[in-house]
Amino acid sequence: MPDLDALLLARIQFAFTVSFHFIFPSFSIGLASYLMVLEGLWLKTGRQRYLDLFRFWLKIFAVAFVMGVVSGIVMSYEFGTNWAVFSDRAGPVIGPLMAYEVLTAFFLEAGFLGVMLFGMNRVGKGLHFAATCMVALGTFISAFWILSVNSWMQTPAGYEIAANGQFLPGPSWLAIIFNPSFPFRLLHTVTAAYLTTAFVVGGVGAWHLLRNRTDRHARTMFSMAMWMAAIVAPVQIVLGDIHGLNTLEHQPAKVMAMEGHFQSHPDGAPLILFGIPDSEAGTVRFAVEIPKASSLILKHDPDAPLAGLDTVPQQDRPPVGIVFWSFRIMVGIGLAMLGMGLWSLLARMRGRLYDSPLLHRAALVMSPAGFVAVIAGWITTEVGRQPWTVYGLMRTAESASPLAAPAVASSLAAFVVVYFAVFGAGVWYILRLMAGGVQSGESGPDAGVAGPIRTAGITPAAQATSSGSPRSEQEVAP
Amino acid sequence: MDLTVAWAFIIAFAVFAYVVMDGFDLGIGILFPTVTVGHGRNRAMNSIAPVWDGNETWLVLGGGGLLAAFPLAYAVVLPATYPLIIAMLLGLVFRGVAFEFRWRDERHRGFWDLAFFAGSLVAAMSQGMVLGALIQGIEVSDRAYAGSWWDWLTPYTLLTGLGTVAGYALLGSTWMIWKLSGEVQEHAYRLATRAAVATLVLMALVSVYNLAMLDAYRARWLEMPNILFASQVPLLTLIIAVALFQSLRKRRELAPFLLSLALFLLGMAGLGITIWPNVVPPGITIWDAAAPERSQAFMLVGVAIAMPLILAYTAWAYWVFRGKVGTDGYH
Ligand code: HDD
Ligand code: HEM
Ligand code: HEM
Repeated sequence: MPDLDALLLARIQFAFTVSFHFIFPSFSIGLASYLMVLEGLWLKTGRQRYLDLFRFWLKIFAVAFVMGVVSGIVMSYEFGTNWAVFSDRAGPVIGPLMAYEVLTAFFLEAGFLGVMLFGMNRVGKGLHFAATCMVALGTFISAFWILSVNSWMQTPAGYEIAANGQFLPGPSWLAIIFNPSFPFRLLHTVTAAYLTTAFVVGGVGAWHLLRNRTDRHARTMFSMAMWMAAIVAPVQIVLGDIHGLNTLEHQPAKVMAMEGHFQSHPDGAPLILFGIPDSEAGTVRFAVEIPKASSLILKHDPDAPLAGLDTVPQQDRPPVGIVFWSFRIMVGIGLAMLGMGLWSLLARMRGRLYDSPLLHRAALVMSPAGFVAVIAGWITTEVGRQPWTVYGLMRTAESASPLAAPAVASSLAAFVVVYFAVFGAGVWYILRLMAGGVQSGESGPDAGVAGPIRTAGITPAAQATSSGSPRSEQEVAP
Repeated sequence: MDLTVAWAFIIAFAVFAYVVMDGFDLGIGILFPTVTVGHGRNRAMNSIAPVWDGNETWLVLGGGGLLAAFPLAYAVVLPATYPLIIAMLLGLVFRGVAFEFRWRDERHRGFWDLAFFAGSLVAAMSQGMVLGALIQGIEVSDRAYAGSWWDWLTPYTLLTGLGTVAGYALLGSTWMIWKLSGEVQEHAYRLATRAAVATLVLMALVSVYNLAMLDAYRARWLEMPNILFASQVPLLTLIIAVALFQSLRKRRELAPFLLSLALFLLGMAGLGITIWPNVVPPGITIWDAAAPERSQAFMLVGVAIAMPLILAYTAWAYWVFRGKVGTDGYH
C-alpha cells in the first residue's frame, strides 16, 4: 500500500494532466466537425468565403490538435504509472476498450490528418473532403471509447470478479461497453464539445464584428455560432437533466453531494441555489433554497422523499464542497449559454444580429465559457465518484502504484511547469491566429503562394495569419 | 497457436512499427542541430510533418495493447521505470508541439528547434533505457513492483539508451538521404556513416553484456541446439552491416534506409530470443501476465478487422507525400 502523500500527489497529478488534456479534445471534436461542415459548404456552393474560413480554422485546428495528441499520450501511460493496481485489476475489462480506441480512432485521425493539413493540392477536393470527414469521425469514435471506459468505472456492468481480484469480462461485451451511464455521458460530452467550439467561433466572430461590422467572414462565423447556441444549448440542458436522473439511480451519493443534501428529506427536498457546504457540521450554511424544487426536478413530484448523505456511511461519502460548487458553475454556464442563444434569436429576428455591439461583447466574454463548463462538469463527475475508482467495488486508495512520494512530487512539478509553459505558448499562438482574422484568399497550412519567408515580419497581422505554413517553404526553396 | 502467443507477437509488431517509424522522426530530431538553419531544417521537418502523428500512434497501441493483453506487465513495468516514462512523455510533448509551434513563431523558431532536438533526444534515450531496465530484470512481489525508484539506472541501461539514440540517428539520417536532396542529403550521408558505426558498436556491447548478465540468457544463446538458430542473428547482422556501408559508399538513396530497418528487425529478433517467453524478466512469463481469453479474443477481432485498414490508409498517406521534399515538393 502506498503512503498517503504519494496517493494524494498521484491524484493531483492525474487530475491536472487529464483536465489539461480534455481542454483540447473538447475543442477539436467540435472544430473537426465544424471544418467538415465548412468544407462541405464550400464544395457545394463554391463560395470562396467558406474556403477562407476553412483554411483559417484549419490552422488553428492544427495547433490545438497537436496539443491534444501530446497530452493524450501522457494519459495513456499514466494509467500504469499512477494507477498500477487499478490497471492490473481492471485491465482485462477496460484495456480492450482502450485498444479499440487506438485501432478505430487514433489511427484514423492521425492517418488522415496529414492529408487534411497538407494534402489539398496533392489529392484533389473530393479525397481531401473525405480525409476531413475521417478526422472528424475519428474524434467522435475516440470520445465513444474513452467515455465507455470512464462510464464503466462510474457504473460498472457486465464483469465477473476473479479469485485474484481482477475484474474479468463477462459473456457480453455489449453489457460492458453500453454500461448504464455511457449513453448519457457520451451525448452530454459530445454536445458539450460542440457548444464549447461554437462559443469559441462565436467569440472570434464577435471580436471582428466589433472592429468592423461589415466583415463578411466574421458575420458568417457569428451567425453559424449563434444558431448553434440557440439550438444546442437547450438540448444540452435537457441532456444534462436526463444524465443527472440516471446518476441519481446509479450513484445517489454523487447527486446528494451535487445538491448539498446532507440530511434526508422525507417530504420534499429543497433546491439549494447557493450556500457554503460544511461537511464537518453536515449542513449548508447561508443556504438560499427553493422549497421542494429538488424533489420536483429529480423525482418530478414536489413531495417525493429524497435521501441525504446521512444515509451513506462516512467512509463512502464524496467530498461535498468541490462537487457542489463545480456543479453550480457548469449549470450556471449552461443557463448563460441558453441566454445567449435566445438573445441572438431576438437580435436576428429584429435584423440586428450584426450591429448589436452589446451582443457581440457578451459573446466575446462567453467565448471561453465552454471550457470552464467542461472542466467543472468533469470535476463534478470524478470527484463525485470518490472514494471509488470503480464505483462501489474498488477504492481509489487501493488503486495506486507503489511509488515513492518524492518521485510523484517531482513529476507533478515537472508536468505543471511544462504544461503551463508549452500549452500556454500554444494557446497564445492560437489567440494570435484568431486575432489576425480571416483574409480573402486565406492560405492554408499546406501552401499559400505567399509563403512564410516572404510575408513574415511585414505586418503583425500578416505574420499572424499567413506565416508558418510548413509546406509553403517549398515555394521559396531553390 | 494460443491467443497469448498471438498477442505477444502483435505487441512485438506494434513496438517494432513504433521503433522504426517514430525512430526516424526522433532520429531527425536528434540530428537537428547539425542540419543547417533555414532550408535544411525546414525541409527535414517537412519530410516528416505529415506522418509523425501516425507514427507516434504505434506507441499508444504498444502501451494500450500491453494494458489490454498483459495488464500485469503494464502494471509492473511502468512504476518500475517511472522517472524514465515521465521523461519520455515530457520529451514527446516538446518535440510534438515543435512541429506546429516553430511555424507559428518566427522569433522563437530557434527555441522550438531546440525543443525538437532535446525532446527527441530525451524520448529516445528514455525508451532505450526502459528497454534495458526490462531486460536486466524487474523485482516483483505480490503482483506489484517491489524495487526502489532508481533501480533502473545501471551502466547497462545507459548502454541500451545510447544504442537506441544511435540507432534512431541512423534511421533519421537514412530517411533524410531518401527524402531530401542537395546539400542536406550530402550532410545526411556523412551522418549516416557515423551513426551506423555507433549503432553497430553499441549493439555489440549490449549483446556481450546480455550474455554476461544472466545465466538464463547465456543458455538461450549459447547452448546446443539453440546456438544453431540464434547464431544466425549476429551473422545476418554482419552481412546487413556490410551491405549498409556499401550502399552508403555507392550513394544509394533508398537502400540505406531499408538496410537500417533490417538492422532493427534483427535487433528485435535478438531481443525476442533473449527474453522469450518472459514479458517481464526474470519472473513473469507472457502466460502469467496474460488477460483472460475473452479479452484477448475480443481484441483480436478488432485487430483482424482494423489492422489491414490501418496499414492500407497509412500506406496511402505515405504515398500521397511520396517523392523528394523540396525539389518536386508537396503541391
Ligand atoms: C459545455 C459544457 C457543459 C454544459 C453547458 C453543461 N454540462 Fe453537464 N457536463 C459536461 C459538460 C457540460 C461534461 C464535461 O461533458 C460532463 C462531465 C462528465 C460527463 O458525463 O459530462 C458533465 C457532467 C454532468 C453531470 C454529472 C453526471 C455524472 O457524473 O454522472 C450532470 C448531472 C450534468 N452534467 C448536468 C448538467 C446540467 C443540468 C446542465 C445545464 C444546465 C449541464 N450539465 C450543462
Ligand atoms: C474519460 C476518460 C477518463 C477516465 C478513464 C478517467 C479516469 C480517472 C481515474 C483513474 C482517476 C484517478 C482515480 C480517482 O482519483 O478517482 C480520475 C480522477 C480524476 N479525473 Fe478522471 N478520467 C477521465 C476523464 C477525465 C476528464 C476529462 C477530467 C477533467 C477534465 C477528469 C477529471 C478528473 C479529476 C479532477 C480527478 C481527481 C478526482 C479526485 O481524485 O478527487 N477526468 N479519473
Ligand atoms: C484518461 C483518459 C484519456 C486517455 C488515456 C486519452 C488518451 C489519448 C491519447 C493517447 C491521445 C493521442 C492520440 C494520437 O496519438 O493521435 C488522445 C487524443 C485525443 N483524445 Fe484523449 N484520452 C483521454 C481522455 C479523453 C476524453 C475524455 C476524450 C473525449 C471525450 C478524449 C478525446 C480525444 C480526442 C478527440 C483526441 C484527438 C486529439 C485531439 O482532439 O486533440 N480523450 N487521447
